[in-house]
Amino acid sequence: MSLKSLKAREDDLSSPQRQLELLSEGIFEEGELPTFKDKIAESGHFPLKPKKLEILQLNLGYMCNQVCSHCHVDAGPDRKEIMTKETMQQCLEVIKNTGAHTLDLTGGAPEMNPNFRWFVEEASKAGIKDFIVRSNLTIILANKKYHDLPDFFKKHNVHVVSSLPFYKREKTDKQRGNGVFDKSIKALQLLNEVGYAQPGSDLKLDLVYNPSGAFLPTNQAAMENDFKKALKEDFNIDFNSLFAITNLPISRFLEYLIASENYEDYMYSLVDAYNPAAVENVMCTNTISISWDGWLYDCDFNQMLDLKVNSKVKHISEYNEDLLNDRNIIISQHCYGCTAGAGSSCQGSTI
Amino acid sequence: MSKTYYDPADLRKFGEITEWSEELGKKFFDYYGKVFEEGALSAREKSLIALAVSHVVKCPYCIDAYTKDGLQRGITKEEMMEAVHAGAAIESGATLVHGVQMMNKYKKLSM
Repeated sequence: MSLKSLKAREDDLSSPQRQLELLSEGIFEEGELPTFKDKIAESGHFPLKPKKLEILQLNLGYMCNQVCSHCHVDAGPDRKEIMTKETMQQCLEVIKNTGAHTLDLTGGAPEMNPNFRWFVEEASKAGIKDFIVRSNLTIILANKKYHDLPDFFKKHNVHVVSSLPFYKREKTDKQRGNGVFDKSIKALQLLNEVGYAQPGSDLKLDLVYNPSGAFLPTNQAAMENDFKKALKEDFNIDFNSLFAITNLPISRFLEYLIASENYEDYMYSLVDAYNPAAVENVMCTNTISISWDGWLYDCDFNQMLDLKVNSKVKHISEYNEDLLNDRNIIISQHCYGCTAGAGSSCQGSTI
Repeated sequence: MSKTYYDPADLRKFGEITEWSEELGKKFFDYYGKVFEEGALSAREKSLIALAVSHVVKCPYCIDAYTKDGLQRGITKEEMMEAVHAGAAIESGATLVHGVQMMNKYKKLSM
């Protein structure tokens, strides 16, 4: 695994344009596999339209203490894109007036944004029902200044959603870096200690499972049982739910698929597993994704592919929920990742 | 025409066998699908049995398919290798038990 982002390596694949070209060439251009547009048109889902907005997802920056090999954000310590306090203030205005019931902070490691704590304090006053922070866990142990994050999360009743690719060391470290598993386990224990995922506690701690390789996740409930049993027996760790998330073929995961000669097989797997029922619930129909610099996207993946919303309103400074809800969602072949099997979203399976 | 007997991409075309014999192909795939559903054995256990048998019948397509299936189900590589050994032990046992036949014949022919 490389210790640098695609961007820092000046890799071709750091270009969203290049990724979109790759996703439209070859098997899709030659008609071996149907394009996503043609596929959803078969069941009358084109153009894809939003339903009621439920989730505002804010990307506080691409900086991260980890360089995971599957990262769709191409995040890492070398990424300097960070949301400014000014953009955060614009976001707060939107949060105060939105009809969405969930606020979802992500990154990179959102905690590395210097204004993270100020922002969480302010945002938690807005009366949002479900306030999520996506924490990579190791950040809690990365530096002394982060050690009190479990208490900070507790104080603001933050719903913590954390990646843990597997309940065994080897697969986790392979995907996320050496030592990540042990630190993640320690961080989960710290979260349990302050009350997360404990009986009678409202503090929610969910885990994200994503396959560590070129294969799709299996049944989410079965995987949750395996995780719960193993983490309890081996480390006395409790958590609430497991979200099984399919890796989308973009950014560093796309790099891996191509380098390991798994790209075509993976796309075949996604298309074979296409489930029209999952199209009904894709997260772009209930989410707006906001980038570190305030641009608006249909989802986090479209953000990384620089596919801004197809609406007159494209930036947080001109945010208008009614206008946004009237847009057509932008799609490409990466979208097959969200419609395979039981569906996939930042909240896990969708059916 | 491919110059090798096995092409990994042919696995994707497995379903096409139905085109030349729809009734039998359909019956086979219905049966196949049913076999691997959750039953008295879990789908996970069946996946490991399938992996072991794939090795015994030396089917490269099946090995690819059930290694991937195992990964998807969260089956560990240690579990997969033990399943392969279970298959191999039966296969080598099947060879070795014929040693008794050899011994019988030897004894019969010897004074």
